[in-house]
Amino acid sequence: MTLREIAHARAGDKGDICNISLIVFDPRDYPRIVEHVTPERVRVHFSGLVQGDITRFELPHLGALNFVMTGALRGGVTRSLALDAHGKSLSSLLLNLDI
Amino acid sequence: MSARPLRIGCGAGYSGDRIEPAVELVERGDLDVIVFECLAERTIALAQQAKARDPGRGFDPLLEERMAAVLRDARRRGVRIITNMGAANPPAAADCVRQVAARLGVSGFTIAVVTGDDVRQLAGSEGFSRLAETGEPVNRDDIVSANAYLGAEPIVEALQRGADVVITGRVADPSMFLAPIAAHHGWRLDDWTLAGRGTLVGHLLECAGQITGGYFADPGVKDVTGLARLGFPLAEVDADGTAIVTKPAGSGGQVTAATCTEQLLYEIHDPSSYVTPDVVADFSRVRITDLGADRVRVEGADGRRRPDTLKVSVGQFDGWIGEGQMSYAGPRAAARGRLAGQIVAERLRLTGSVPLELRVDLIGMDALHGAASPMVEPYEVRLRVAARTTSEAEARKVGREVEALFTNGPAGGGGAFSAVRQVLAIRTALVPRNRVSYRVDYVTVS
Repeated sequence: MTLREIAHARAGDKGDICNISLIVFDPRDYPRIVEHVTPERVRVHFSGLVQGDITRFELPHLGALNFVMTGALRGGVTRSLALDAHGKSLSSLLLNLDI
Repeated sequence: MSARPLRIGCGAGYSGDRIEPAVELVERGDLDVIVFECLAERTIALAQQAKARDPGRGFDPLLEERMAAVLRDARRRGVRIITNMGAANPPAAADCVRQVAARLGVSGFTIAVVTGDDVRQLAGSEGFSRLAETGEPVNRDDIVSANAYLGAEPIVEALQRGADVVITGRVADPSMFLAPIAAHHGWRLDDWTLAGRGTLVGHLLECAGQITGGYFADPGVKDVTGLARLGFPLAEVDADGTAIVTKPAGSGGQVTAATCTEQLLYEIHDPSSYVTPDVVADFSRVRITDLGADRVRVEGADGRRRPDTLKVSVGQFDGWIGEGQMSYAGPRAAARGRLAGQIVAERLRLTGSVPLELRVDLIGMDALHGAASPMVEPYEVRLRVAARTTSEAEARKVGREVEALFTNGPAGGGGAFSAVRQVLAIRTALVPRNRVSYRVDYVTVS
């Protein structure tokens, strides 16, 4: 199954840093995302889009993970050549991860 | 100190936001305060340019329309207005509000004008001399704008002196919410726990519809009704900083634990260290409780001492971007689109154009997620070529070469489009807090 079936996500940008929250619909699924959605796994899934570090923050009481990716936005919204310069659609890429 | 909760709404989450939800909030939200957050990072740099061309401009282009929509009712109901729509020119914005009031026949109120965020004069050794991202030196002549993020202090001062409308330039978004909460409940701004809690309320509300079901719907798993008449949020904030987030009854959208959790983490890095001019807020132990009927309680934020430096947004010109697009459909559409892209790239080389950076995508295949996209053959694709160049003329060539695919490229291309824009890059610097002083002026509308 893909993450979209058990969790939702929102991406935000600050400069060249993208953060994506990942929040389970049902708290019982939280341990699954903690186990399966590791920074290493996300890096592979994002196929080179993230050039810097990926840091994961855990918020168990909210059923949420927060991924912070540096060097992910080709210089950031004000100078990137990308169609989606904010990287807003990257939340959907994360939700397409198979677990 | 007032025991009554403060009712504070957000009437805009960005400069182009919808107008009617703010009217609805003022009319039916039983508000004390409405905040309009309209200043993205780049907007203030663009506004500085507008002001340089015309000293009477440089404030938000929708200020007049927004004020014309809400001012009369806000004054009638005693709803105070706080906004950063002053952008690069808060005094001119106040003048605009005065004119709107005269036209509407609204009088007997005070506008406070907050300035001091423009720190371009501090570029250099006395204030800030290096960019935070790269460590590159900042040269005053190379920058279009430099604006420090002011905090809640000047707005608290304005409210305590009885201002009904507060117009600022660059102020940190959550500070526009923390200020009226602190003023209403008599909080000291150096009570870091309370500052953290007020900052949380601001952070949750500042993107307006993003917490009431906007930017949330995903048919089948996250269904939201009434998005075309999405209600904007308001919070009822208690004296201890606990807040209930809700929206006007009958408006579209929804306020649930899920919408609030998404917004809690929006543009947050380390949840225990959200740095604003007012506080280093700690959202890591925030509790979110769904009370039903579009009411959600948020509590448990904390805070630590505010930083000694203020963030400065530095605007610099950074070349040009030229772009061209063309669509292909039907059998082997992607192959024709790919060929078209190769042709344009080769043409730019053959004609001696050396872009600083070139990007070729097929919209419908890989434009958003690059190599991470699953490769499936779509029915139609749209070629997009974008290049960064040093001159406007070079940038124009990109769109021209894409358009020339009509008669010189692969079969069946249609719908050419081209665009050119000057790049105004925004970078960050830090300036010692004690080098920046704000000022509050008052305009009485009688």
